[in-house]
Amino acid sequence: MRVFLRDLLRYRAEFRIGLVLVALVLLLSVLASFSPYPPDSVYVVPPDLPPSPTYWFGTTSRGQDVFWQLSFAIRNTLLFGGTVALVSRLVALAVGLISGYKGGWIDRALMSVNDTFIVIPLLPILVLFYFVMRDRISWLMLALIMACFGWAYDARLIRSVVLSLRQREFTQTSLFSGMSTRQILTEEHLPYVVPILFSTTMNNMVWSIGLEVTLAVLGFTDINTPTIGGMIYWANQHMAMVAGIWWWIAFPTIAVIMAFIGLFLLAVSVNAHLDPRSRLWSTGEAS
Amino acid sequence: MSGYAGYVGRRLAQFLLVVFIGINIAYVVTHASPIDPVEQSISAVTSFGNTAPEAIDRMRHSLRELYGLGGTPVQQYLTFWKRILSADFGPSLSAFPTPVGTLIGRALPWTAGLLTVSTIIAWVLGNLLGGLAGYYRQSRGLKLMGVIAMGLHPIPYYILAMLLLILFGFIWPVLPISGGATMNLPQTLTPEFVWSVLQHAILPALSLILIGVGSWFLGMRSLVSNVLAEDYVVYAELAGVKSWRILTSYVMRNALVPQVTGLAMSLGGIFNGAVITEKVFGYPGLGSLLVDAVYAGDYGLVLGVTTISILGVSVGVLAIDLLYPLLDPRVKVS
Repeated sequence: MRVFLRDLLRYRAEFRIGLVLVALVLLLSVLASFSPYPPDSVYVVPPDLPPSPTYWFGTTSRGQDVFWQLSFAIRNTLLFGGTVALVSRLVALAVGLISGYKGGWIDRALMSVNDTFIVIPLLPILVLFYFVMRDRISWLMLALIMACFGWAYDARLIRSVVLSLRQREFTQTSLFSGMSTRQILTEEHLPYVVPILFSTTMNNMVWSIGLEVTLAVLGFTDINTPTIGGMIYWANQHMAMVAGIWWWIAFPTIAVIMAFIGLFLLAVSVNAHLDPRSRLWSTGEAS
Repeated sequence: MSGYAGYVGRRLAQFLLVVFIGINIAYVVTHASPIDPVEQSISAVTSFGNTAPEAIDRMRHSLRELYGLGGTPVQQYLTFWKRILSADFGPSLSAFPTPVGTLIGRALPWTAGLLTVSTIIAWVLGNLLGGLAGYYRQSRGLKLMGVIAMGLHPIPYYILAMLLLILFGFIWPVLPISGGATMNLPQTLTPEFVWSVLQHAILPALSLILIGVGSWFLGMRSLVSNVLAEDYVVYAELAGVKSWRILTSYVMRNALVPQVTGLAMSLGGIFNGAVITEKVFGYPGLGSLLVDAVYAGDYGLVLGVTTISILGVSVGVLAIDLLYPLLDPRVKVS
């Protein structure tokens, strides 16, 4: 694993850029703990001020400091994406490992359900959830709902890896040496799946954050907890663009784009590095 | 041909399963809700003015009927399915007494037209450019395009759409920014109407294409570079086959196969994309209908749009799946 990361850092420019972008966004989110204002209070600073040395990113029409508001928003947005990714990884891992290793009718049954989850149109269903829950929908609940729908594609990916691992000799050896299915899966197969797990986590975060922004912009989430989507929602509510208060929309947008590009580049570079052909190609070129 | 029949059977079973699970999710969500849809709708209506108590009682009764909330849970479940199967979602509350079915029928062509055309344009452009970029690695222009695609791909769709709107609607106002066609034109096939529809479609379509091309481009480029390393390509090069011929009939053709699956998925995902596009550009399709229905608390309409989306997606995926073995003989139908 250490060698893997070192190689990534040395040979992959995308990985380095992605790392810097994600680090910047993380830094901003950590700053939220030092904010002089509580996240949900309004009219704590004079409204509608452009960026200045006192208010770095300006202030909103609701009297919030954009910089500190943004740090809360990006922290919540990242937490949201992280929660979705974590929970859906657990499901994807379980389904992928079992389906690939067990085969037979278990595999067929799991994959039928899996295919169903891949094609179901998610946005109308999420809107339906919001419609029946209304104000009771908290961000944690939304994250859990999205996690329930976000595992299918990656479960298929993990399954395909396990399918090929099952054909290898070491699986047979461990089977004959008396290891249980659980042991084989967690001790023998899991290490091969970990790198894929990493890149799918990044992709899953991009996906869930994008969806959360979409829902929040429409007002279909808990808009009182500051998130990036929630900030854009309030800016739209106050016609920030028309009123010329561009900094209210511009800074959250820049932050979320940085997070997106950063996560995306990390995922892409790890993926490319996993493919032995392209790894040889890039390391060969660099040396 | 019996192999193909079996394949069709399996795919049909899959299709039915998708629809079954999807509609059951809709059922569970609506019935597990802590909020009573009947009381919700009543309060939405009564908040507009004074309504006689008898009228409210009658309304409560007919709404319970409408939502299939009478009888035992089993009966409710069966009523729900009967409603779905007969495609009867009752009258819409926000546009009373227009039936939900009529509203959906009016919105569906707009969504289907806009999204199908822009998805296909994005697919063709992205694959063509991506294929070229994968093959002619050294070309500076194509390299630059790769960088642009990498940067464009992860931008949230909403932001891009807003930028286009500001650019062409306010800063350089050359295109209509809202609606599906000019308001007072009769909706018949006159050249004037068609021209207006096309003009109104340019901005939403452009936003969808810009986002779409990037991901197809990146996918195709990496697929092509994988195919390039295959033995038969190397052999063809050594045998002196013209490079254009290698690119078109050896490389692109094989790399396209997974992209066709991707096309099926994204045609299926049309209903996902529609919501935000239509909201930003005020386009009169299913997405706008859904969002407005949520704002207005119109339960029947929300359920109707959700069901239609699930059906539409499954039909799209089924159609591509059935055509697939005809396009690519390597797909095993046995």
